[in-house]
Amino acid sequence: MTELFRPAAEWELQSMVARLAREKRAIEVVGHGALRNTGRVANADVVLTTVGLKGVTLYEPTELVMSARSGTPVFEIESVLAARGQMLAFEPVDLGPTTGAPGGALTIGGVFATNFSGSRRISAGSARDNLLGVRAVNGRGELFKSGGRVMKNVAGLDVARGLTGSWGTLAIMTEVTFKVAPLPQTMQTLAYVGLPDDLAIEALNVAMATPLEVSGAVHLPKNCAERLRVPKLKDARKSLTLLRLETFSTSIDERREKLKAALKVYGTPIELDQEETFSLWSEFRTLSVMPFSTGTSLWRIATLPTKAPEIVAAIHKFMDAVAFYDWAGGLVWLEVPAAADAGAADVRRAVAVSGGHATLIRAEPEIRSSVDVFEPLKPEIERLTRGIKQAFDPNGLLNRGRMYADF
Amino acid sequence: MPHIELPEPDVGVLRRLPILIEGLKSRVGQDLLIVDEEGRRAYETDAFTAYRRVPMLVVLPRTTEEVSKILKYCHENGVKVIPRGAGTSLCGGSLPTEDAIVLCISKMNRVIEIDYTNRLARLEAGITNLQITAQVAAEGFFYAPDPSSQLACTLAGNLAMNSGGAHCLKYGVTTHNILGVKMVLIDGTVVEIGGSALERNGYDLLSLVIGSEGQLGVITEATVKLVPAPEGARPMMIGFRSPEAAGSCVSAIIAAGIIPVAIEYMDHAAIEVCEAFAGAGYPLDVEALLIVEVEGSESEIGILLGRIAEIAARFDPKTVQISADADQSARIWAGRKAAFGAIGRISDYFCMDGTIPLAQLPHALTRISQICAEYGLKVANIFHAGDGNLHPLILYDANSPEQADNAEQAGEAILKLCVELGGCLTGEHGVGIEKRELMTSQFSPTDLAVQTRIKTVFDPTWRLNPAKVFPLAMTDVMRAGNAASTPEAA
Repeated sequence: MTELFRPAAEWELQSMVARLAREKRAIEVVGHGALRNTGRVANADVVLTTVGLKGVTLYEPTELVMSARSGTPVFEIESVLAARGQMLAFEPVDLGPTTGAPGGALTIGGVFATNFSGSRRISAGSARDNLLGVRAVNGRGELFKSGGRVMKNVAGLDVARGLTGSWGTLAIMTEVTFKVAPLPQTMQTLAYVGLPDDLAIEALNVAMATPLEVSGAVHLPKNCAERLRVPKLKDARKSLTLLRLETFSTSIDERREKLKAALKVYGTPIELDQEETFSLWSEFRTLSVMPFSTGTSLWRIATLPTKAPEIVAAIHKFMDAVAFYDWAGGLVWLEVPAAADAGAADVRRAVAVSGGHATLIRAEPEIRSSVDVFEPLKPEIERLTRGIKQAFDPNGLLNRGRMYADF
Repeated sequence: MPHIELPEPDVGVLRRLPILIEGLKSRVGQDLLIVDEEGRRAYETDAFTAYRRVPMLVVLPRTTEEVSKILKYCHENGVKVIPRGAGTSLCGGSLPTEDAIVLCISKMNRVIEIDYTNRLARLEAGITNLQITAQVAAEGFFYAPDPSSQLACTLAGNLAMNSGGAHCLKYGVTTHNILGVKMVLIDGTVVEIGGSALERNGYDLLSLVIGSEGQLGVITEATVKLVPAPEGARPMMIGFRSPEAAGSCVSAIIAAGIIPVAIEYMDHAAIEVCEAFAGAGYPLDVEALLIVEVEGSESEIGILLGRIAEIAARFDPKTVQISADADQSARIWAGRKAAFGAIGRISDYFCMDGTIPLAQLPHALTRISQICAEYGLKVANIFHAGDGNLHPLILYDANSPEQADNAEQAGEAILKLCVELGGCLTGEHGVGIEKRELMTSQFSPTDLAVQTRIKTVFDPTWRLNPAKVFPLAMTDVMRAGNAASTPEAA
């Protein structure tokens, strides 16, 4: 069995990594394991978990800022925030349940390591956009900090944001400081029924071009829409195009009517109240609308909103895929049937033609080890990427192979 | 006497100047070069005017390809390069050295593509900040970051400094509004970092590049987000008897779940000067003034300003005044945005740019007054209260070397205070030469080593924008070829 390291404090984590670095032993970095079945499989000698580093270390509701140790579960953070009427505006997505990892295991460190943000990203920015500062230990065993607790900070390079999306391959975050936001006073949803993908994306982008501050813009094909639990929507038996409005209570009706007027040509929407809206958009945070049939794989495609339907249509020519469009089409979660390469050849070709990049999220470990999980890098970007890896982790010890096969 | 050390020029490079000029001429043509002293002198400083150095050569490329040729040539010939936009840096971010070539991209100012459906624009980086919004305003969009110098400053400069502005409380700073850049590395390689999609592929190199102050490469194009313009916006002014009351009011507004688009704070000294300049109707009998702006429809604005007025009433304000009309709103903002210029009319000043946690505001202001009094100087304070960005303007007489020296020292003490209070050295102006040596008060040697190693990946010979951002002794060591020497693991 692989040796497990479970530091209980930052200094302990640093001394463990420093020792492992001296011994040149490769480290798989994990939290509670929510992301363990996502990404490539790390090629490591030991496992180091951050779960011993937990707890909120700073919370100033009136300055909209919180710091927490990286192993703190997201649900704990969200409950502390909710008690003061606040939230993580970027709605972190928990891939645990969809990948066979435990639900509710996602840590705040995992959120920033992957930069996977949910539906409100379209109005509130990504996890990265909301990150203010980090403390972290690199592959040399050095403890360093970047950023801070204030909203604006341009002293030196923005290493904190630079670490987001690096999947623990550059440094192990020990503490993160991030922006929080007030919970919206009221929320409502408009659901347009039966729009084909291209019209739906058009409608979502018409909505995003209004000044009504739409905070969620999702399109679900019929087979995803049918999996919704919200009673008013589950029987629509057609595709659903969903727009969320969040504002203060005296303005919501005005905004809803304006949005309906702007989208008049797309039909008459079903209207959801606050409670229904809350429960609907919570479903997207675990991707529970995807069918996740046995053996299927899941891709995450980032592209221009208007290109999303053509990418999905191109892939449909080769396989029976299910697409859940978020961010007005800027993000597509795509479930593809079982295949030896998880459909990589076709998915990558379609994305290459229209622009964007695709990441393989869910697949059998053998597939995730044999195909490129992350979009292959252009040579000059790969050169910089390897340089950055070398700068943080010269011996390639942290999450080796987790993002790319050979570093 | 100014006390920021500037490096001695490399006489070897200066001696080769005629050859270098010929070399560049043969690569990009004579038209792009400014060789004569008079012409070069126009580039000797930026908005941090206390320091001046005439560069040995200025180049004004028109295309990315030309930038690539120039950088490649400089790299091969060991020449330092100072990237420059409009030269509006307040921290000496584009101050030349005498042995360097200034590469000014202000001629690269074309709009390449505007895509309203996907809400983005691709632009050459020499375009001015305000021009971007001017191009898209008719379609109901704008480019959000709004530094006070937006009429003149370039997108390239905004990217280099990760510029903010008064409205970033709601819309974020430059880094939140950029999707991708085209950048030329020191060896002439052209790289596309980021793209058009919201998410980036692989390591977030774009976050490292934005705010890197010309240390990593020369950005020639950028793809920016376009934001739908609000239906309307209106500021209100709330005058208080004390900084404490104003600070508490800001906290209470945010605690009530209201995020205004901007909350600006001015102290008594700043109010007086700005009112004399703009005639905005600022109250002159208060110790602290908040300008709070909200956005939305007419009815939403009315409701929100009403709620803010109710909250403010709990802190015994001396005046509460909602802007009467568009004209007054414009004057309220004109006064605020012209604050630096207005103060410049009555005195020379150093504009500091620290950040502090909001709760520390009263304490910080007291300490700032004490520090300036110790040096026999006056100070006016402007504060982006929503995001903790504090701009003390230290007034001094530039004709008095002693006062100039005192002002610099007072400024240093203030920035150290900001760091002590949990803030940082610079919220939006950048480090440049001005705060270079203070970096060690915010960062440990390891923190800085992490940053300098990244710089080395992009610019192995440390010839891009030399003598900035990092302490001079550190950059000298790196350039001397000891890029590999770094503190060992604890």
